Amino acid sequence: MHEMAISESIVQIIEEQAEAQNFSEVKTVWLEIGRFAGIEIEALRFTFDVVSRNSVAEGSSLEIIEIPGTAWCLECGKNVDIKQRFDPCPECGGFQLQVSGGEEMRIKELEVN
Amino acid sequence: MCTVCGCGEGETRIEGHEHEHDHGHDHGHAHSHDHSHSRDHHHYGQGPARAHAPGMGQQRMVEIEQDILGKNDRYAAGNRQHFADRGILALNLVSSPGSGKTTLLTATLDALAGELPLAVIEGDQETSNDADRIRATGAPALQINTGKGCHLDAHMVGHAVESLEPADGSVLFIENVGNLVCPAAFDLGEAHKVAILSVTEGEDKPIKYPDMFQAADLIILNKIDLLPYLQFDVAKCLEYANRVKPGVQVLQLSATSGEGMENWLQWIRMTREARLIGHPALQLPSAAVTA
Ligand SMILES: Nc1nc2c(ncn2[C@@H]2O[C@H](COP(=O)(O)OP(=O)(O)O)[C@@H](O)[C@H]2O)c(=O)[nH]1
Ligand SMILES: [Mg+2]
Ligand SMILES: [Zn+2]
Ligand SMILES: [Zn+2]
Repeated sequence: MHEMAISESIVQIIEEQAEAQNFSEVKTVWLEIGRFAGIEIEALRFTFDVVSRNSVAEGSSLEIIEIPGTAWCLECGKNVDIKQRFDPCPECGGFQLQVSGGEEMRIKELEVN
Repeated sequence: MCTVCGCGEGETRIEGHEHEHDHGHDHGHAHSHDHSHSRDHHHYGQGPARAHAPGMGQQRMVEIEQDILGKNDRYAAGNRQHFADRGILALNLVSSPGSGKTTLLTATLDALAGELPLAVIEGDQETSNDADRIRATGAPALQINTGKGCHLDAHMVGHAVESLEPADGSVLFIENVGNLVCPAAFDLGEAHKVAILSVTEGEDKPIKYPDMFQAADLIILNKIDLLPYLQFDVAKCLEYANRVKPGVQVLQLSATSGEGMENWLQWIRMTREARLIGHPALQLPSAAVTA
């Protein structure tokens, strides 16, 4: 379950930012998580609660902004929306797709005190 | 938190890298949060917002815009640069537990010993059994135990490379922790991920674990010696693999019988040589190569 490592990275970035941007309490953390980032949101919430304890992020809530999956279809020559990596192109039915969006894993912003 | 490099990787143990890596978290309870999904919060200015009295401030938004695994990616970039400088071909071997990574590696090392300089980093949650199996072939190997961690990360690999010191021009095999999910997210700085799938697993693994199979540049279908005894549909498996990664190269082999091994060995030789074009490490006389 790599959500533990992901949560540790999130807390580490927040702690660095707390120092750099001068805050001591985080209320809300906004994350952008792509559909194909391979993250179990519930596992992320659970591990974040555990690893954020005794940090400035203790007790903060996670808000997840899901980034949809998109792929470049070589046949159609354009970006199309897909739900799964192995989905066919919704327009031409082909499989010549290259994922172009949905792998994001970013901390976007924080609401702090 | 690692005091040498500021890393926080829990309970990792790396052979030959003996600083403390144990900052245990106690896994007692989880708070309950109310995960409301409203975004109608107030923006009190964006970006560095430090213009307020210290202590009790007003609530404000702080823009971060950072990749969560940015740190891993920076370590990975460092490893990749190091490998390029030294002419090292690093291959990250990923699979479910038991697909035959270690067996394939020992067969590969036996076959290539004396021909190419080789080194191995072994990742497992516990024990140094696999590194011992590798060292029995005569190749230098180093074990990383990740404890509860389910993947190697670029920082662990960086430390392992420091201790192992693979020779210039060598092929460095990194056997990741057996897991088709988590290692997909952690770039180690390798040249290629090689995903191993054995015929005793379902032929639909590529679409069950599409993140990993898409990240892999080569798929090895192992244990083909067992095909006569199984219902495994090779054509279906190849079709699924191609759906996830159009045109992906798949090598079918048996690490134990040796069937198909020559293709894999040739892939390693050619990939290494292609990477070493113009690099001084290629000019190493093969007589100087130690197994
Ligand atoms: N029949 C057969 N068994 C294999 C083959 N490759 C590996 N195995 C067996 O599969 C089991 C797991 O192999 P191992 O290399 O430890 O897998 P790992 O967990 O991926 O490192 C062992 O019992 C191996 O002997 C193969 O090509 N054919
Ligand atoms: Mg193994
Ligand atoms: Zn299309
Ligand atoms: Zn360290």
